[in-house]
Amino acid sequence: MACFLVPAAEAVVVKAVEKMVKKSEAEAVLSADGNEEKEIKIPFSRKLNWLSNMLIGGVILLLFEHIWHGEVVPWFPFLTAMSSPSETAAMLLEMSTAGVCMAVLVTVVWAVMCFAADSIVNRKNRKSLVKGVEE
Amino acid sequence: MTLLITVFAAVIVTAIWYFRKNDEMQLLTLCFLYWGASIMWLVDAVFEYIGDGAAFFSPALEDMLNDTYLGLSVVALGLVIWIVKLLITDPKGSVRMALRKG
Repeated sequence: MACFLVPAAEAVVVKAVEKMVKKSEAEAVLSADGNEEKEIKIPFSRKLNWLSNMLIGGVILLLFEHIWHGEVVPWFPFLTAMSSPSETAAMLLEMSTAGVCMAVLVTVVWAVMCFAADSIVNRKNRKSLVKGVEE
Repeated sequence: MTLLITVFAAVIVTAIWYFRKNDEMQLLTLCFLYWGASIMWLVDAVFEYIGDGAAFFSPALEDMLNDTYLGLSVVALGLVIWIVKLLITDPKGSVRMALRKG
């Protein structure tokens, strides 16, 4: 009915946070004196970009599916479920169950992905360190 | 069926992305697009299964055809979004060069 609205709301928040984090990271790079030993790390803004891409991508394709099924229409109030109070109640229930689960599952998958990505980068860092010591 | 087609698209695009040396084609965008939708449809499928039970696995032929058509349309829409983004960001500068020539 309108379950995609919950991940859509999360996508907006994540995109805003991503922009702020990116700005603060750029400022931190500018203020660094350059003598510090550089550790290869995935910037948090990049990780947030993965999450926002997943959320936005999913929301766009789900919106298309809802248009396909006639649940979203191009005229006010845009959602056919808003036509009667009983359907609106069903829509809100679906948003609070399926919609919230969608947002949570995407975020959990993203968290696992970030953990895996950090492990892979650390593994590569360790390997290059060992190589450097041996040489 | 829509979920299945999207998952297949996500796996294929991710494999292509992995075997390429660089991401000039911005395939990661397409990966996230399909994986995001796949996860959301998975949740949808779980809720449908909870509601319908075993009947969820034996859909009517007409529904299956409609879902297949929808799945293919979704994959096509994803590809269109990706190609438009690729042309706008123009990482290889090909569009810029072609426009300057013209």
